[in-house]
Amino acid sequence: MNISAKEFDVIVAGGGQAGLIAAIVAAEAGASVCLLEGAPRAYRGGNTRHTRNLRPMHKGPLSVLSGVYDEEEYWDDLLRVTKGKTNEPMARMMLRESAGCVDWLEQRGVQFQPPLGGTLHLGRTNAFFMGGGKQLVNALYRFAENLGISISYEAKVTDIKFDAGRFEGVFIGDEYIAGRAFVAAAGGFEANIEWLREAWGPVADNFIIRGTPYNRGELLKLLLDKGAKQIGEPDQCHAVAIDGRAPKFDGGICTRVDCVSLGIVVNKEAKRFYDEGEDFWPKRYAIWGRLVAKQPDQVGHVIIDAKSKGAFMPPVFPAETADTIEELARKIGLDPQTLKHTVDTFNAAVQPGKFDHTELDGLATSGLEVNKTNWARPIDTPPYSAYSLKPGITFTYLGVGVDQSAKMLMQDETPSENVFAAGEIMAGNVLGEGYLAGIGMTIGNVFGQIAGREAAKYALNK
Amino acid sequence: MRSTSNVDEAARVMTICNACRYCEGHCAVFQAMELRLEFNTENLDYLANLCHNCGSCYHNCQYAPPHEFNLNVAAVFAELRQENYAAYAWPAPLGRLFARNGLWVSIVTALMLGLFLAGGALLTGADFFSAHPNQFYGVISHNVLVTLFGSVGLFVILALSLSIRKFWRAMSLPSPFSLDWSSVRTGVKAALSLKYLDGGNGQGCSYPSEKPSMLRRWFHQATFWGFMLCFAATSVATVMHYGLELPAPYGYISLPKLLGIVGGLGLLVGPIGLLLLKRQADPTIKGRSNGGMDVSFLVLLFATSATGLGLMLISKTSYVGPALCLHLGFVMALFLSMPYGKFIHGFYRLIALVAFAIEQQNHKAVVGVQETNLIELKSVG
Repeated sequence: MNISAKEFDVIVAGGGQAGLIAAIVAAEAGASVCLLEGAPRAYRGGNTRHTRNLRPMHKGPLSVLSGVYDEEEYWDDLLRVTKGKTNEPMARMMLRESAGCVDWLEQRGVQFQPPLGGTLHLGRTNAFFMGGGKQLVNALYRFAENLGISISYEAKVTDIKFDAGRFEGVFIGDEYIAGRAFVAAAGGFEANIEWLREAWGPVADNFIIRGTPYNRGELLKLLLDKGAKQIGEPDQCHAVAIDGRAPKFDGGICTRVDCVSLGIVVNKEAKRFYDEGEDFWPKRYAIWGRLVAKQPDQVGHVIIDAKSKGAFMPPVFPAETADTIEELARKIGLDPQTLKHTVDTFNAAVQPGKFDHTELDGLATSGLEVNKTNWARPIDTPPYSAYSLKPGITFTYLGVGVDQSAKMLMQDETPSENVFAAGEIMAGNVLGEGYLAGIGMTIGNVFGQIAGREAAKYALNK
Repeated sequence: MRSTSNVDEAARVMTICNACRYCEGHCAVFQAMELRLEFNTENLDYLANLCHNCGSCYHNCQYAPPHEFNLNVAAVFAELRQENYAAYAWPAPLGRLFARNGLWVSIVTALMLGLFLAGGALLTGADFFSAHPNQFYGVISHNVLVTLFGSVGLFVILALSLSIRKFWRAMSLPSPFSLDWSSVRTGVKAALSLKYLDGGNGQGCSYPSEKPSMLRRWFHQATFWGFMLCFAATSVATVMHYGLELPAPYGYISLPKLLGIVGGLGLLVGPIGLLLLKRQADPTIKGRSNGGMDVSFLVLLFATSATGLGLMLISKTSYVGPALCLHLGFVMALFLSMPYGKFIHGFYRLIALVAFAIEQQNHKAVVGVQETNLIELKSVG
């Protein structure tokens, strides 16, 4: 930590996409800006480091994006995934603003990837960052440095001076920095297991955090304690079933296990508990975190046979394999007889039909307590493979309320005078539930720009 | 099949990369990786030789150290290349020369310089420091030069050919005569244009720093085309000598001279630029075991060109003798180091790029495959 000046027009807390953009926009407007990143340099960028794309609206081909993705289609998608838990005027404003995201980033050195291989099917809706989110992070930090923004790493805000809706400065331990305006962009609290435990109970100890260990929600808690309006509930989180051997934090994208719809999933009692073939995996992967979280010890095991080899994204850890179901059960610590019974019962219940993983093939089981409604092939061809599953938390929805100028709202719905919020810390205003690929980065981008612009305007008395 | 710690580490890294795939836009390595589920010595040697060590995937990696996955594709493949250059070398025992390559190249260079200076002095006696009417052929006769460089050249061609054949076979490629020529053209074009030093979208690779830059590509092009022009100059001169009975020396406005001068300038600018970039480059992506191979090769190219251009300028003066011997010493050292130094990378890179073009054309893995086992996969952002 070394901040030479002790007073800035704009102080930004959080150095992921939203914070970086807010800082850059404010500096471009002529404000003196200080960016406080809580993580060390190597881990800078919050969860942006783990992201891959954003989802801009576009009325025609845009940079790497093909076709049209207009406001109505986008709004329909958002309405569907949030089941109405959104704020229509704010969301629509955001969708319209998102049309400028790609240009804005490209002009500041961020590179996008032409559609290719695994990203082809999303070439219309999602603009992929070349090399991933860390490339965006690196490019924006370079740009911010060149603009003369004062950047500090390992600079966690420990307190803020905030009275009657008006911000005066931040404390980083003993150090005090005064500011005319403040942008809170320090992410959610998903890496704060203690906080998750308050909402989830002891099961939270078995959660794996897919993203940065630095999103501990300390700033979020500070703002809520100072009277900010709360959005969302603490037990709300985007939870995916990921490989149980994943690191406790920071495992990112590669720990996913994409073969659930090809096999069966059992709990530690070797019993099935949910329809593995309910819908296409991309539409269902985000419910399995919660499903596994509700099982004893928050553990699941997906079991496939040799027919499924190579038909899904290769997982990062090798499967446990065996030539019989009993042996596989012993290897993964399940009761061999029960698992054998579960598999045999499942196999016997499979109805005739033609397997086709590219469509809802209706190949189902019949007469089971929990039927599999698509892609139900018998598990009968050795070698058998098993991957263990645990709930992997991607992000949390709890945040602070904002208005359309990214101004933080207080509990009585009045906007604070000079505190703005952007990114995951306020994403719940637009995305009250569910998820749409690339929407988090879009929210961070749009509200980062608004927060930076409005903060600079306030600080420079314009 | 070779089983080493470098192969194991490369397989570990590729398994993680293959589950992530964020880097697929950067270069051929990741697109080739995506055609595979398992990694073995052959396909890792292939991927390693597709890698141009540009560093983009390292700087943009969410799993780069200090992350516990500790991914550094560029460094892992740099070390694996150093190892497989040795493994594919002919004759096999000489593969050891890749271990402390800078040292052996330096020793050979010193030996060759000594040999030529002593030989030149011996042949010309008291005239070593005199001007000669037929310039450098007055120091060492044309026939002696042809015999000397011809026989070494033949060995070099043999050693290169047999090393390349070994690599070719390891890449499971068919006979060169039954290749699909449009794939070959694609591969050759990717090699000649240094397509994969552009970062994936024309903005350049992360070399020497995290910031995208085209400098490496330009300096490498100056080096490569400089070399090719010098090679062309020698070839043209050979034709003129034997075919047209027009023996050297040639005037400045002659094809060999013009090609040689332009090529020689390329071989000054290119290697100097690459050496300077190398000095600034982030050491983490270089790998631990290059053994001075890159540096010694660049220095040899630079010295060959500098002494060649110098010789041209002073070939009518009394310094022609020592200048010629210096130049010939460097050329001979360059010749000898070709099958056992950095020079070989061009052939393996070209073959890997041709194999890549074939794989992309057919949408399936060819190199290191026992059975084809791929289904089109989609990733969720």
